Amino acid sequence: MVLAEQLDGEVKPITYELLGKAREVADTLRVEVLCLLIGYGVEKYVEELIYRGADEVILVDDPELRDVEPVKYSRVLVEVAKKYRPRAILVGATNIGRSIAARAAAALGTGLTADCLDVQVDEQGDIVQVRPAFTGNIIAYIKTRTRPAMATLRYRVAKPLPRDTSRKGRVTRLSLELGGDVGVKVLGKVRDKEVRLSDADIIVGCGRGFKKPEDLIMAKELAELLGGVIGVSRPLVDEGWMPRDYQVGFSGNTVRPKLYIALGISGSPQHLAGMKFSDTIIAVNLDPSAPIFRHANYGVVGDIYRVVPKLIEKLRERLNRDEGGNS
Amino acid sequence: MLHIIVPIKQVPDIERVKFDVETGRIDRSSAPGEINPFDLHAIEAAVKIKEKHGGTVTAISMGPRQAESALRDALARGADRAILLSDRRFAGADTLATSYALACAIKKLDSFDLVICGEKTVDGDTGQVGPEIAEHLGIPHAAYVSSIERLENGEIEVVADYGEAYYRLSLKLPALLTVTKDINTPRLPTLKDKLRARKADVEVWTVDDLAVAGCDSQRFGFAGSPTMVAKVIVPEERGRNCIMISEDEAAEKLAHIILEKIGEKR
Repeated sequence: MVLAEQLDGEVKPITYELLGKAREVADTLRVEVLCLLIGYGVEKYVEELIYRGADEVILVDDPELRDVEPVKYSRVLVEVAKKYRPRAILVGATNIGRSIAARAAAALGTGLTADCLDVQVDEQGDIVQVRPAFTGNIIAYIKTRTRPAMATLRYRVAKPLPRDTSRKGRVTRLSLELGGDVGVKVLGKVRDKEVRLSDADIIVGCGRGFKKPEDLIMAKELAELLGGVIGVSRPLVDEGWMPRDYQVGFSGNTVRPKLYIALGISGSPQHLAGMKFSDTIIAVNLDPSAPIFRHANYGVVGDIYRVVPKLIEKLRERLNRDEGGNS
Repeated sequence: MLHIIVPIKQVPDIERVKFDVETGRIDRSSAPGEINPFDLHAIEAAVKIKEKHGGTVTAISMGPRQAESALRDALARGADRAILLSDRRFAGADTLATSYALACAIKKLDSFDLVICGEKTVDGDTGQVGPEIAEHLGIPHAAYVSSIERLENGEIEVVADYGEAYYRLSLKLPALLTVTKDINTPRLPTLKDKLRARKADVEVWTVDDLAVAGCDSQRFGFAGSPTMVAKVIVPEERGRNCIMISEDEAAEKLAHIILEKIGEKR
């Protein structure tokens, strides 16, 4: 069973990744994929969830569930889990997902494995959760001896299925006794984050190789040119150059872009833990012994102040030429 | 008088700890234990509340006897009382068994108003123990709290990081919060604080001490842990085989690589 992630009535892309993974596991076990959708006014997503791999969508749609809040949401998850007794429950390893899943796991008295890279079925037909441990220095394979096995799955580790509008599925509407006041109320949104690094395809990461905050402008220029965003390492956040929303690393954002360009980043374990699963990594650093090079696909031992401006120039040239060629 | 409880964990210094590549085991002797860095923010948040509203702060931890040093650090940073759950029967606990033991200990204490945890630990990296404790205690929680706005009339108002946006939440006490690094800058203990903490008493509780709290000792430690590590592998230093490019050729070659990569995407 997949818990759909939704915020302000909008189902999040991680949900389709979870369905992709659940489909894989369910097909191996020859069982169905259930998807639990909790919220208010979210019925319009039911078909989409079926197109993306759900065999049955369990819809709990109630004005009391308008705001995403961990106590009520976990109660709903617990009630549905008791009723359907799924083999496994997959939840997004997001701030919301981790909070709801943990509470539900405690209520169900079952095991929950955090931040998985994969969920597999072994030869014995057991579900195995695969997760990094110790800031990604080791990979642990974990089994759960209670049912359901619960796991939160990282962003971008599973592929969503192509949208198949011919897929058929069932919809079950449940109305549950929610118990009124549970002691926590959402008063409202304060602000959106400036940037959502975990969703970015291209990130230009900046580290201590930058001498002053104003110099980040060249990284921003490079990022904009490529349709990406900048991220920074922890020291730059600690120095107050950028807000923590931009921090890549263990205590900031875990990212997995298609392309990560590390500029003046040495590659501390805490930074690597946040980005080493990126598809392609390019590193530019003055120090040839910087750990970042061991994790990069392409490396330049050099000065970012010389390399980056030239690279921007070259990219401009090529992009303009390509546009010219198309006309 | 508020009573605030801060569960903490002693962790190896993650930047220095060594791994046995063969077994995937952590060599704990390779780096000294320290208080989980995220927990420092939880202690600071609790001490700030105490300073403003009055009350006491109890730090509580589960682990081997050496974890006493982490609790002494908490005492130096402003906790008034320290309790260590230490017993072989607590060992091998996953997040469910850990949260259950901590919740039992909290139940045994006199009434409490707030439980404040760090958002996660650097070694476990799950962020689960806080919300799990809240469920065992039957109290509301908010995770990833980045600021505490108000505390009055038995309610606390906080701002929580929901991932893509920040939301304002109000919780009725008693409640549990897990806090992020944004919430404060932990102050450093003075030498005087450290000396005081060195002499202070750290209470040690065993499984038998929790029996009176109506807790099921079968749910502690390995026996109470539904998750099991089937195997551990150490990924060989990421076979990325970095291709080195000279600085002179960098612009030309990187531009080519980048555009090819972006082309794939489109």
